[in-house]
Amino acid sequence: MNNAQTKKPCRFFYGHGIPRVKLEDLAGKLIVVEGADGSGRSTQIARLVDWLETGGHPTVQVGLKRSTLVSKELEQAQKGNILSRTTLSLFYATDFADQLENIILPALKAGFIVLADRYIYTLMARDMVRGMDDAWLKNLYGISVIPDAVFYLSVQPQELVQRNLAKNATLDYWESGMDLGLSRDMFDSFLKYQTAMQGAFRKLQKTYGFTIIDGNRPVGSITKDLRKKIRLVLAEKPATD
Amino acid sequence: MKTFAEQNFPGRLMAVEGLDGSGKSTQIYLLKRWLEAEGIKVYFSEWNSSEIVKSATSKGKKRELLTPTTFSLIHATDFADRYERHLLPLLRAGYLVLCDRYVFTAFARDVVRGCPPEWVRGNYSFAALPDITLFFKTDLEVSLNRILEGRPKLKFFEAGMDLRLSTDPYESFRIFQGRILEQYIGMSEEFKFVVMDANENVEKQQSIVRKLVSDKIDLKKYRRRSPLPLPPAFQPAEVKEHEEDLAAA
Repeated sequence: MNNAQTKKPCRFFYGHGIPRVKLEDLAGKLIVVEGADGSGRSTQIARLVDWLETGGHPTVQVGLKRSTLVSKELEQAQKGNILSRTTLSLFYATDFADQLENIILPALKAGFIVLADRYIYTLMARDMVRGMDDAWLKNLYGISVIPDAVFYLSVQPQELVQRNLAKNATLDYWESGMDLGLSRDMFDSFLKYQTAMQGAFRKLQKTYGFTIIDGNRPVGSITKDLRKKIRLVLAEKPATD
Repeated sequence: MKTFAEQNFPGRLMAVEGLDGSGKSTQIYLLKRWLEAEGIKVYFSEWNSSEIVKSATSKGKKRELLTPTTFSLIHATDFADRYERHLLPLLRAGYLVLCDRYVFTAFARDVVRGCPPEWVRGNYSFAALPDITLFFKTDLEVSLNRILEGRPKLKFFEAGMDLRLSTDPYESFRIFQGRILEQYIGMSEEFKFVVMDANENVEKQQSIVRKLVSDKIDLKKYRRRSPLPLPPAFQPAEVKEHEEDLAAA
């Protein structure tokens, strides 16, 4: 029997999954990059897309708040800061589910590489910091497909604050966790919130086992590191350098 | 899951559930009128009426963008918004809250659409259980006839057309409603539904409902003592959607 040699990639959902989806059909790869604003996430993703596409891999990008269904409404609600925590959490889950079903799953089925600019982990970490129940979150995101690789770009909050200010001259309300009332001072709040977020990520790492990448290093060496790891994920079809 | 009374809320919540055309909305409306006249601090809340989530829901429905998963999640979002911003504070303030549909509508409908029951129930587990849940149980044909008599234009999701049960919306609606009824019946015992015979005449049902409420809830405690008016009702999303349709035409 030759079947034993043709290794079919085993794919799973975290929980109940999506009704009527055949996991064995999802031949593509799902690669997730997580990290705070200023962690170099977007830079690295742009470089990875270049590298993958040059290497002949069809690539699709997804990210938070990009669904056709609710992205606009979510943006509006966030600006007014009028939603309570469960509502906001479910709204984000709706946004995620819409992209999961309409972009991620079809792309994986078509054999694409899906690069996710953040996935369920950021959403869960944000909610954990806001006191949502871990078991509730685990059930909610049981719809999601387990990625082939997850990289968390870890950068010290002190460094994040410098990078965010250098880029925007201001700190973002939500990335500073101002809704939590940790401090009225935005600078203090940012540091406290980002520290709490890192704690939540460490906790999630224990359950979901993603790869932590030291994001305090120069851009180029992080890219190199990521390529090396992704090459392993793509094992059967190595990309060119 | 615990009820609001078990969680020591000063307020009480009563929900009505049942198929479209079971007469539940009429009954809860008449109950509300009576409680208002009795000087009770009462608030009425409808399924699918949160302002913020409304535009996303109606866009999703009109453009048929919803899958069973997103259908379930967007309704959970809508419910959470009403729950956190209206129901919880009102129940803390000692109101008697009447809900036309509660989490059981999602439990029944989303499961019929193919979502795993544990997933749906887990998502709604932040909500306390009603202190009283009335289930208006009709024979399937009775409620179908009430809805279908006038041959109304059934909306895509309302008729369960997304389930591809039939290409005929009326046939699809029949099958869909039948399956929802099975779900309700299955939940009756577990959630201690008070089963109402909704084939009975309206007045008789209302007197049963009123008696039940005054037996189970010590209404004296919910009398309004201040000259404050009752909180305004929110205009249900459906009405506005209809207005938008008219404006667009």
